[in-house]
Amino acid sequence: MTITEKAPALLESEREQRVLTPRARQRRSPLTWFRGGGLSNLIFLAPMLIVFGVFSWSPIIQSFIMSLQKTNLITSQWVGLDNFANVLADPLLGTAVLNTLYFAGLALVFGFPLPLLLAVLMSEVKRGKGVYSALAYLPVIIPPVVAVLLWKFFYDASPTGVFNTIIGWVGIPPQPWIQSAVSAMPSLVLEATWAAAGGSIIIYLAALLSVPPELYDAAEVDGASIWRKIWHVTLPQLRGVLFIMLILQVIATAQVFLEPFLFTGGGPNNSTVTVLVLIYRYAFQNSLGGNYGEATALSVMLAIVLAVLSFAYFKLTERWSSN
Amino acid sequence: MTAISPKRKPRNRDSELDVDRGILSDFDRKRGPVRATMTVVHVFLFGGLVVAGLGPILWLAKAAVTPTQDSIRTPLALFPNGIDWANLGQAWVEAHIDQYFLNTIVIAFGSWFFQLLIATTAGYALSVLRPRYAPILNGAVLATLFIPSIVLLVPLYLTIVHPPLIGVSLLNNYLAVWLPTAANAFNILLVKRFFDSLPREVFEAARTDGAGPFRVFWSIVLPMSRPILGVVSVFAIIAALKDYLWPFLVLPNPAVQPLSVRLPAIQQSTELDVFLAALAISTIIPIVLFLAFQRVFLRSAGLGGAVKG
Repeated sequence: MTITEKAPALLESEREQRVLTPRARQRRSPLTWFRGGGLSNLIFLAPMLIVFGVFSWSPIIQSFIMSLQKTNLITSQWVGLDNFANVLADPLLGTAVLNTLYFAGLALVFGFPLPLLLAVLMSEVKRGKGVYSALAYLPVIIPPVVAVLLWKFFYDASPTGVFNTIIGWVGIPPQPWIQSAVSAMPSLVLEATWAAAGGSIIIYLAALLSVPPELYDAAEVDGASIWRKIWHVTLPQLRGVLFIMLILQVIATAQVFLEPFLFTGGGPNNSTVTVLVLIYRYAFQNSLGGNYGEATALSVMLAIVLAVLSFAYFKLTERWSSN
Repeated sequence: MTAISPKRKPRNRDSELDVDRGILSDFDRKRGPVRATMTVVHVFLFGGLVVAGLGPILWLAKAAVTPTQDSIRTPLALFPNGIDWANLGQAWVEAHIDQYFLNTIVIAFGSWFFQLLIATTAGYALSVLRPRYAPILNGAVLATLFIPSIVLLVPLYLTIVHPPLIGVSLLNNYLAVWLPTAANAFNILLVKRFFDSLPREVFEAARTDGAGPFRVFWSIVLPMSRPILGVVSVFAIIAALKDYLWPFLVLPNPAVQPLSVRLPAIQQSTELDVFLAALAISTIIPIVLFLAFQRVFLRSAGLGGAVKG
C-alpha cells in the first residue's frame, strides 16, 4: 500500500498529519516506523502514558477489583459482594446519605440561585466591572483549609463570637452554629456557598456577555419590560450553562468532605457525617486497620449513583436545552 | 466535568467587553424609578461584595496583629488594646510556618512543573504528531474525566504505599503529590484543543526548513501557546495550594507537610493570636498571585465554564 493509493480516503486531519511525518503511512517495518517518527511519538507520549497508567487508569480498574476483595496491605482475597453487603448493613450509611442529601439540597436551594442573581446584577454595572469580579472572586482564592479554620472561629458559639456579635446588632440571640446538631449542617452550607459562589459568578458573567444584544433590542421593540427581558431573553440564553452548572454542583456537593471533616469531624452526634467522611473513616480511621474493601465498595456505589443521576439528567434536559 | 463540547472555542472575553449593553437599555437607564433602583442595587451589591469578599481577609489581617484576648472578647473592635506585631514573628518561627511555607512552595512548584510537562507533551503528541493510535489514547484520557476522584482515593493510596517496579514506598515523598496531580485529563483537553487551533502551515514550514519534532515542539508550539500555558499554570498552582486530603494522606511526616495540612494540626497546640497570624500568612501566596495575575485568573475561571458548558 502506498500513499497515493490511500490518498482519496484520507481525512483532512490525516492529510495534515502526513505533511508533518510524510513517511508515517508507508509500510510497517521497524526502520520505517522509526523514520516516520514512531519513536519521537512515543517519547512525547511516554510521560503521559506512565503517569496516567500508574496513577489514573490502573487505580480506576483496581478500585472495581478491590471492592470485591478483602485487602490489607500484603494479601487480598475474593469475597464477592460481601463488602457491598457490609456497607449497606452499616447503620451509619443511612445517616451519611441523608446528611449528604441535606447538604446538597441546601446548597442547591440557597447556593445555586445566589451566584446567578449576583452575576445578572453585576453585568448591569457600567463602570468598574473588574473590581466587582475581583471582589466576588476573592473567597475562591483563599485556600479552603484557611477559610474553614477562619470560619470555625467566626462560628464561635459564645455571645462574643464574630457572627454572634453581628447578629446581636439586629437583636438576634446568639446561635450555637456548628456546635448543635440542628444548625451544624446549614452552617457548613453557608461557608461552602460563600467559598464557591465567586467561581460560578465569573462563569455566569462570561455567559451573560455572550447573549446577543440584538435579542434585547428586539424584545424592546416588542415592548418588553425589564422583567420580561430577563425572563424571556436572559434566562433562556443561559439555559445551557445553567443546566451544566446545576449537575456539576450536585456532583460536587455529593462529594463534600473538607467542610464536615475540618469543621465538625462528622459531629455533633453524627449530624455532619457525609458519604465521603464515611469512606474516609472506613479506610483510614479504623482501629482494626484500613478496611479498604468496604471503602472502595462505598466509593464505587457513590460513583455509580452519580453516573446514573447525570445520565438521567442529561437525557431529561436534552429536550429542553436543544429547542 | 461531564459534557464537554469540543467544538466550542475558548472565548476571548477581552474582545467582548466593549459590548455596551446588557438587559437594561439606555432608555431604561434614563427612567427615574429604574435609575433610583439601580443606584440602590449598586450600593448594596458593592457593599455586600466588599463585606463578603474583602471582609474576612481584612479581619484576618487585623486579627494577625491583635492580642488573643481582644480577638475573643471583642472580635470586631479595631485594636482596643494595641497592636501585637510579635504574633507574626512567633507564627513564622515558633510555629514553624517558615518551613511549611517552603514545603507549600515546593509542592506547588513541582505540581506545576509536572502538570505542564504532561499536558504539553501529551497535547503535542495527540494534536500535532497524531500517531494512528492517538484517538484511542485521547478517549482513554477523556474517559477519566467522568470518574469521580473519590473512586481513586484508596487504590491510589495503596499505589503510593506499594508503587509498581520501584518497590519503595513513596509516602513522605513529594513525588506522591506531584505525579498523581499531573494525571489531569482536563489540562490535556485544554492544551490539546489549543494546539488544534494553531495553524498547521507554520509546522509545515518549520519541517521544510528541517526542524524535527522536538524542535517544532520547543521553538514553535510552546512559544505560540503562552495564553493556554498561563491558564494551566494558574489551575495547577491554585489546585496545589488548595489540596488538603491527598497531601494529608501521603505526607504523614509533619516535616514535609504543606500549610494546608499543617494548619488544622497545629490549631490545638498554638495560641489563638499566633494561629490567626499563621492563617494570615498562609493566604499571602494566593492573594499575591491573584493580584499579580488577576486577568489570567478571571479568564481561567470563565474558560473553565466555557469548556464545561
